[in-house]
Amino acid sequence: MSIKEPHNAGRSDSRILYGAGMSWSLILPWLGLLVVGFAYPVFKLLSGSFFDDGFTLVHYQRAVTEPLYTAVLLRTLRIALIVTVCALLVGYPIAYAISKLVRPWSMVVAACVLIPFWTSILVRSYAWIVLLQRKGLINTLLIDLGVTSEPLRLLYTEFAVILAMTHVLLPFLILPVYGALKTIPADLPMAAYNLGATPIKVFWKVVFPLSLPGVFAGCLITFILALGFYITPALVGGPNSLMMATLIGQQTTQVLNWPFAGALATILLITTVVLAVMFRTLLAKNRGFSSGI
Amino acid sequence: MRTSIAAKILFASFIALALFLMVLPTLIVFPMSVGTSNYLEFPPKGFTLDWFVAYFGDEEWMGATWFSLKVACATTLAATAIGTMASIALVRGRLPGKSLIYALTLSPMIIPHIVIAVALYLFFAPLRLTGNFYGFLIAHTLLAVPFVVLTVSAALQRFDPMLELAAQSCGANSIQTFYHVMLPGIVPGVAAGAVFAFLTSFDEATVAFFISGLEGKTITRKMFEDIDFNLTPIIAAVSTVIVGASLLLMTAVHFLQNRQRG
Repeated sequence: MSIKEPHNAGRSDSRILYGAGMSWSLILPWLGLLVVGFAYPVFKLLSGSFFDDGFTLVHYQRAVTEPLYTAVLLRTLRIALIVTVCALLVGYPIAYAISKLVRPWSMVVAACVLIPFWTSILVRSYAWIVLLQRKGLINTLLIDLGVTSEPLRLLYTEFAVILAMTHVLLPFLILPVYGALKTIPADLPMAAYNLGATPIKVFWKVVFPLSLPGVFAGCLITFILALGFYITPALVGGPNSLMMATLIGQQTTQVLNWPFAGALATILLITTVVLAVMFRTLLAKNRGFSSGI
Repeated sequence: MRTSIAAKILFASFIALALFLMVLPTLIVFPMSVGTSNYLEFPPKGFTLDWFVAYFGDEEWMGATWFSLKVACATTLAATAIGTMASIALVRGRLPGKSLIYALTLSPMIIPHIVIAVALYLFFAPLRLTGNFYGFLIAHTLLAVPFVVLTVSAALQRFDPMLELAAQSCGANSIQTFYHVMLPGIVPGVAAGAVFAFLTSFDEATVAFFISGLEGKTITRKMFEDIDFNLTPIIAAVSTVIVGASLLLMTAVHFLQNRQRG
């Protein structure tokens, strides 16, 4: 998924064909929908968290002091971090492989990345339930290999949440890393080889540092998405792996404590927006790098 | 030299294992959907099409499927029209604060869906828009337009504005220029955007979970309920249908985008 700004933003050149009146009427339906279906409801949810017979911060106080809720906040951060690291450890080598392989092998690997990307999140959650249950494929395999004699309890644990979330988010890491690896001019590693560097040295001293913008961008988007994940943790996780999004959902539909749900949503939203701004800055740097060479 | 060959083999097996684990969850739903066993079992035994028959014969599943299809089709039309218009304004128009509008346009992709879901639920509930076709149309169009803007504005940037200028100086008005010059040039981008819009709506689970009602319920909400409460192999049959359809659609997009580039 690439986020590009129109190249002509703010420039007055031959690309500008429509005057202000025409432009506004073309974009008005979208701006209207953004305000009515997005900005207003989100604003209402967030502003509701500050009021309870007058202005108050009691809901925020509750979110960051009650042990039950701080545990959820910390767990969400921890799981998102672990998922990001796992996705990087598995995803980087895959992205590297796609950038190194020649057709048709690169296409095969890319297809293996894109097929799960295009598979419904519900289908994948269901598949992990099938694989991780007591008599599932993974337990059968572990018993056959002699790792364990009794089937392990894998489903409805934090392990299941981390595994399933890493699986869902891997493509979001692989695609930017692959993008960064592809922009590295082939002569740079070549020059290093000619100067007598070993393959490992070439990778760590030349290729890896040059791919860092893609790594940061991929990690950030993975982390952002992991923070707000709802469906997968709700299905494969248990009460001991409750995450932020599930808590917000519970507070809204079961507990009916909307101001508190709003406070949790505000915390999640602000964290996300701060990270997203960092993401954009990194992306801008990334672009500068690729055009600067 | 030997160590480097060993390292290569090790690296290749790691990649192979990782890729296998990546596609495994998608692939197992196919055998699961034709197994005869009533409960979860892998590898499944026997062969039956009973679960597909059960899916296509079940009123509630069919109701949810049709509801999802209706919402997705309407969303595709609305999002493609709104998104294409917005893209033209953003790429070819004179607007102040374009980069701010662009950031706002993409924000529904970045803001956690749980926040949008809860906000829309609280907004829709008093208006009786939960479980309602129009409620879903608003929510899903909002989520789909960013994808349309991404693909259509990319197509517009590759399309030579001189052609539009030529048409206009030959006396064509804006609408004629759009239909006869610009649209034929960007149609693969618009079509790709339309497919993304359809999939965004049909696949969307988080917002649909919150704004569904007892009557108006999407297939994703129905699947969530069934996975959570009674895991029957019908889910595998439904999954097979969905995976087959979305792989087909995405392959179509892939060719559309290649055609645009070529």
